[in-house]
Amino acid sequence: MRSTHWDFPLELCCRPMAFVALTGLDVTYNAVHRAIWDAFCANRRADRVPISFKVLPGDHEYPKCRQKRSAYDWYIPKGILKTGWMNKHLNLVPALVVVFYELDWDEAQWKEKQSECSTRVEIVRAEPAVPGVRAGASAEGRGDREKCARAVEGPSGASRAGLALPGGRAQPAMPIAPTGNHRRSPIRRTARQTKFTGKKHKGCCCPDTEENSITTRLENAFYEHAQTYYYTEIRRVKSHKEFLNKTTHQLLFVRHQFKTAFFSELKQDTQNALKNYRTAYNLVHELRAHETNMLEIKTMAGFINYKICRLCFQHNAPLDAIAQFRKHVDLCKKKIGSAELAFEHTAWMTKQFQAFGDLFDEAIKLGLTAIQTQNPGFYYQQAAHYAQERKQLANQLCNHDSSTTYPTPDPLETSSGVMDFFGQRPWRQSHQSIEPPDLEKEKVGILALQLKERDVDHSELIITLLSNAVAQFKKYKCPRMKSHLMVQMGEEYYYAKDYSKALKLLDYVMCDYRTERWWNLLTFILSTALKCAYLMGQIKDYITYSLELLGRSSTLKKEQKSRVEKNLIKVLMNESPDPEPDCDSKAVKGAQKIWADRISFAGSSAFTIEMQDYVPFVECKARFLAPSFHIDDPVQLRVYLRADSPHPFRFSKLCVCFNNQDYNQYCVVEETYQTSDILEASSQGTTCLVPGKTRQYAFKFVARTEDVGKKVEITSVDLVLGSDTGRCVILNWRGGGGDAASCQESLQASRSFKRRPKLPENEVCWDSVTIQASTMVISRVPRLLVQLRHEPPTLTNEMYCLAITVLSEEVTTAKDMKLTAGLKPGQDANLTQTTHISLDGTEMCDDSCPALLPDISIGDLLPGGKVEKPLYIRCGQIGTRIFLVHVSYVVTAVVEGKEIICKCHKDETITIETVVPFDVTTKFVSTKFEHMDRVFADIPFLLMMDILSASPWALTIETSKLELAPSMTAVDQMDSQLAQVILQTGESASECFCLQCPPAPTNQSGVASGHYIISWKRTSAAKSVPVVNTVITMPHVIVEEIPLYVHADLPSFGRVRESLPVKYWLQNRTQLVQDVEIFVEPNDAFMFSGLKQIRLRILPDTEQELLYNFYPLMAGYQQLPGLSISLPRFPAVSNQLLRRFLPTHIFVKPQGRQADEGIVVAA
Amino acid sequence: MLASCDSLTHDADDHVRRRKMAVCVAVIAKENYPLYIKTVPTENELKFHYTVHTSLDVVEEKISAVGKALVDQRELYLGLLYPTEDYKVYGYVTNTKVKFVIVVDSSNIALRDNEIRSMFRKLHNSYTDVMCNPFYNPGEVIQSKVFDNMVSGMMVQVC
Repeated sequence: MRSTHWDFPLELCCRPMAFVALTGLDVTYNAVHRAIWDAFCANRRADRVPISFKVLPGDHEYPKCRQKRSAYDWYIPKGILKTGWMNKHLNLVPALVVVFYELDWDEAQWKEKQSECSTRVEIVRAEPAVPGVRAGASAEGRGDREKCARAVEGPSGASRAGLALPGGRAQPAMPIAPTGNHRRSPIRRTARQTKFTGKKHKGCCCPDTEENSITTRLENAFYEHAQTYYYTEIRRVKSHKEFLNKTTHQLLFVRHQFKTAFFSELKQDTQNALKNYRTAYNLVHELRAHETNMLEIKTMAGFINYKICRLCFQHNAPLDAIAQFRKHVDLCKKKIGSAELAFEHTAWMTKQFQAFGDLFDEAIKLGLTAIQTQNPGFYYQQAAHYAQERKQLANQLCNHDSSTTYPTPDPLETSSGVMDFFGQRPWRQSHQSIEPPDLEKEKVGILALQLKERDVDHSELIITLLSNAVAQFKKYKCPRMKSHLMVQMGEEYYYAKDYSKALKLLDYVMCDYRTERWWNLLTFILSTALKCAYLMGQIKDYITYSLELLGRSSTLKKEQKSRVEKNLIKVLMNESPDPEPDCDSKAVKGAQKIWADRISFAGSSAFTIEMQDYVPFVECKARFLAPSFHIDDPVQLRVYLRADSPHPFRFSKLCVCFNNQDYNQYCVVEETYQTSDILEASSQGTTCLVPGKTRQYAFKFVARTEDVGKKVEITSVDLVLGSDTGRCVILNWRGGGGDAASCQESLQASRSFKRRPKLPENEVCWDSVTIQASTMVISRVPRLLVQLRHEPPTLTNEMYCLAITVLSEEVTTAKDMKLTAGLKPGQDANLTQTTHISLDGTEMCDDSCPALLPDISIGDLLPGGKVEKPLYIRCGQIGTRIFLVHVSYVVTAVVEGKEIICKCHKDETITIETVVPFDVTTKFVSTKFEHMDRVFADIPFLLMMDILSASPWALTIETSKLELAPSMTAVDQMDSQLAQVILQTGESASECFCLQCPPAPTNQSGVASGHYIISWKRTSAAKSVPVVNTVITMPHVIVEEIPLYVHADLPSFGRVRESLPVKYWLQNRTQLVQDVEIFVEPNDAFMFSGLKQIRLRILPDTEQELLYNFYPLMAGYQQLPGLSISLPRFPAVSNQLLRRFLPTHIFVKPQGRQADEGIVVAA
Repeated sequence: MLASCDSLTHDADDHVRRRKMAVCVAVIAKENYPLYIKTVPTENELKFHYTVHTSLDVVEEKISAVGKALVDQRELYLGLLYPTEDYKVYGYVTNTKVKFVIVVDSSNIALRDNEIRSMFRKLHNSYTDVMCNPFYNPGEVIQSKVFDNMVSGMMVQVC
């Protein structure tokens, strides 16, 4: 028998399918038969009807059908469900027997063959193992030659169809595979005949693909028959119901309900199956339960529950399944049964949960979606929980002496070797009364079960379930649940004495609990891990876990910590530690041996333990005293250590490692001590750490000159415990200290409002120490004065002089002094392009000069020495520029008695604004100084240049020059009128040039007028400073032609009552004869003679002269009589325009008198 | 709400009190480390620590699920986190992501959701008081006696 008789049998867990037996097929030797068999069985896809086929010989003996009782009155059932029943209907009693018979279409001896066939059918029907075969009720095909197949009603209503298989002679070469391309493959014909049509189908050609469809059709026919069979079976089972009574046949109610449900499942009627199973489940719990039948009830309840849950999942109703399972568990949880076999109950519970988990998982694989709070993991976890409980119970109940022997004869063996009913005790099968029949037998049976339980490997079961659960929780985003289960797994491995696996698992999850800072849980895990490490003699792990168990995160009690510390010290002194408490005594013996062996290997290796992964009992903080040190100052740092162990302890060495390893040698604390001193309570030595006290170690070293400008970083702090001769452990803090918990602690401390305790002078408060793991080495402070003398702002394009004075205040010679000056790098590229620096102030620097002059050698400078260097800057564009003056030199210095060569440098930056020196405006005016927006061809006009100084410094205009464009001509001399003029701020200078412009080419409105060049320099500048030439491009001017030009010729003044002759010239500038009308407008100031109104004609390119004699009547600045000219041919040329060329006023002097009278008039 | 609190604390019947009360109360910091855990009975402390710790999986998931929703409209009470065979675990998250976890015995069917809510509210009020204490440093383990007494009042009395 199976050791776990409540376990789910295979036939329970499979999906029941209609059982159809195929007979008359020789699948071993006949290839055609084989092909038919394959067509039914091979590669069954899901869409085909659910049938399980089996090939049986024609004369197979089917299970005997027992005589059905007609009355139940005196029948007392012996159990709920027989063990063989499900298997019988799945695999032994077919719903349909198919008889294959080989018959050719043109069989000569048709009659004989036909009778042989019917005999075969008869054999099946009259199968002796199937008593009560009633031969009637068959659809017998008679007369027709093809109809060789018969349907035979089985004894219990089973249809048994016989089919003939023609073949052979007509087709000597029989096709082998039914999918072969022979047009008359056997199966096809078989199919034809199955239909009982009585029609002849000879050599019909069907497409090859029909093979499958024929098989399918045959199958469907089988399936229909099978369903009918199961239907009648259900009816038959149900028909018994009326004979039952509630008092004696309670078990039968369950049995029949189960059978009905199972048949429904075979019939593929899952809805009804579910309904019936549910009823059966309720009936099971209505059974009178007592200790003797508890197991049977639970077993059946478990079976039925399994079926219900399975069907619910199949119907895609997972919530129903879960609800049913919960109900099931709640109902059965308390049904423990015999107290001596309590482990059996927990094992059963385990099985229930595990099976449900499996079902759930399977459903998920088929497309169900589970969620974080409802996934199979919970069921596996609970199964594991019960398995753990089972283990505990087994340990309690099965702790028999080793002298207890397994009873003989084996009470768990039955005479037949199998059990009759599910869930019964082998030593009292079929027993249904409340009291066990034989108390002695009962005891022996229980003992046998207990002894068997003792041999079960519980840990393996638990671990399997836990790992199942872990896999699920991993899938459903439950990292903490996963960790928790892994801890349990680790513990279980520990109990199973598989310490290395235990350690691996525990070590894996420790980190999670550490980062989440669940110290209680971490301590617990560490304790288990420490035991594992001890039992395996893993020195490094042992030390690591001890370190952490002693640390501040550990929640161990003080005495436990003391014990751990004592053991740790023993290990460091190369002794065996005391065994951990609660360890298996046998394992401890083994471990002690391992540790003894370890002693001889001492000194061979030193372990390095990275502290940032743990929360060790020594804390470390290292800090440089300043974020930067000058090269001529020694670099200072402090290392702070604090221990949390219960007792003081000594370390052997403390060293600090830097990114430049040359410094490592300066930062070492080492003290040789006797190994026995390790626990010395005096705690006076420098290498002794007293619990709770912060100890500081100061270091000092001179940085290397090549490290100037670089970072000096603490890469690690190493604390060596133990000695090289014994065992040596290096606690390694990466960077400036800090472990897995210190980050949060320092944050917490920084938030704290608590007042720091007052400590003696030489002690520090741990929380107030912050880690400073790096410092900069910077160059020595230069003792140098750099003065800059200049006159800002700079003026565009000038050679701006920046006088740099370097004054040494060093006590020794500053050697190799170099000057780098110019535009500070990193500014706008545009500024760089328009800034040029030169040392030579006598020549204008051009575009080839750089914006920054590097490394201008100055040479050595004696103490107190002074050097001056002028720098010339030319800025081509306005804007703000930052200039850098960088002086570097080398000097020797003595630090800590050591002479070093220091490179010093001093930077000065200045910001200089560049402005334009002056604003130049260009104006075109007529000869009458009237503003003109255009000029007239060949008529002289004036060009006015106004220079307004914008410079804060006085400017000297050396000279100015007009460079005319070819289209312009000068009317008179072009000498500069401004040469050597000095302009103060805001002053302006003007000069004007008389120019004339020939007619512009047609279609061109404006003509270039040329450039104006001003040569200037600062008035204050030295002679050697070159003159700046500022070129101003003058604007284009619009040139227009005029048809008539008028100009007047008159004296510069007149005198009252003296004749004033005036000549007007009218010049025709066109190629046409022009009519001109002239009218002189008289006024009060003048009388005149001449033509008052005339009309005249002027020939092309000729001049007409008009002569007038004006007679002034009044003195003063008088308006002349206006000359009104109109050109009828050119109405566009207005009188106004022409009048602009003529003078409008003249100064009239009074009549000549005495000189004194003239003065009176003037006053 | 006050009335229900009173009825909780002043329940004369010890049996009823036992049924109504929590077996474990925990306050978890924003960073998921424990600020306060009290369990009854104490011998099973470790197990409850694990239970509370594992329940944080669900809390985290629930918080991230409602993260999108408006913060002020967020329900602080998270409801039943997950049922185990023996215990029911309820969760509550303050706006500063401090978590409260209450574990009740599974057999305790009489305990209604409303009562759990009021327990959480009480806990929250008490926690706020702790935070208001100028001598309490946020993020430290809660050692307030008042808080402890209040929690003790919510827990199963072991006779």
